[in-house]
Amino acid sequence: MPKEQQMSVSVWRGGAAGAYQSFDVKMEDNQTVLDVVAWIQQYADPTLSYRYACRVGMCGSCAMMVNGVPRWTCRTHVKKVLKDGHMEIGPLRNLPVIKDLATDMDSFFNKWVAAEGLHHPTQTRHDPIEAIDPASAARVEANAGIECINCSVCYAACDTVAGNPDYLGPAALQRAWSVYNDSKDSDKQAILDAVSGVGGCHNCHSQGSCAVHCPNELNPMNAIAGLKRETARNFFKRRT
Amino acid sequence: MTLKLYMAQRISALIMAPLVLMHIAVMIYAIQGGLSAAEILGRTQGSILWFAFYGTFVVAVSIHAALGLRTVLSEWAGLRGTALNAVAWAVLALLLILGMQAVYGVTAT
Repeated sequence: MPKEQQMSVSVWRGGAAGAYQSFDVKMEDNQTVLDVVAWIQQYADPTLSYRYACRVGMCGSCAMMVNGVPRWTCRTHVKKVLKDGHMEIGPLRNLPVIKDLATDMDSFFNKWVAAEGLHHPTQTRHDPIEAIDPASAARVEANAGIECINCSVCYAACDTVAGNPDYLGPAALQRAWSVYNDSKDSDKQAILDAVSGVGGCHNCHSQGSCAVHCPNELNPMNAIAGLKRETARNFFKRRT
Repeated sequence: MTLKLYMAQRISALIMAPLVLMHIAVMIYAIQGGLSAAEILGRTQGSILWFAFYGTFVVAVSIHAALGLRTVLSEWAGLRGTALNAVAWAVLALLLILGMQAVYGVTAT
């Protein structure tokens, strides 16, 4: 029987002040980063705190920093990230740490509301269902962002968020852009106003970390560029 | 950065772009026969056109640079609110004074 292979895993312990703790974990043929975290919690230290739910890349709750890069851990294979038999797992960047690998995501989700990424209905439930042309330009734009799973990987990847805590961030702005392009939304002006403030879309430096790291290969930077375009167009329109 | 500041920075950039090209073209043209203060002043003194050209340039540069520095100071130095705006206004005022003084110096008769 071949000798059991081990990897060394450093895991963040504590809150904002804390330190990395090292664990030796058995390597398996097929193993995700989330499997490793679960193994540590079940077999090495039951006090380790972390978040997950679906384990199949749909719920967006297991995102962590792996070797300094934000990733969805349930869909990240250990073999992809292991460096010389070692990896480092930490809580998501740009969010306050509650404990170990669990961050306080309030600011992330509050910004979705602040960006007016809410549905403003045009009809009531008593009206017939409106037919939407899936090939229309606006619908194609809206569709581009709807696979977002709210995992906060883009928010953790964004250097503008790191430098400016007021900035709404890629996910919230992408949602605002999707809603803006939805023909069933009745208050587009509210969206443009919401993304034009101190923390609005105009803070984006188009560095593109959001698009690089998004696990669903979405492009929030493109959505933000769309918001910049529409707010600029609207800037002159409102003055004439 | 709000929409208003964003527009101010983008519009000042749009104004600057052709002025920069013209400034460089004129510089290359003007030094063909050697460079002397008398030659330059002979062209610029009393010229409303050059006053307008470089006056506009100075205003656009001052706005653009003040806003750019404002962003850098906010994201890198953590300046916020009143302190941030005060520094940005001070940069704008300083660049305007220095620039307009130079424009006045070469165009006044």
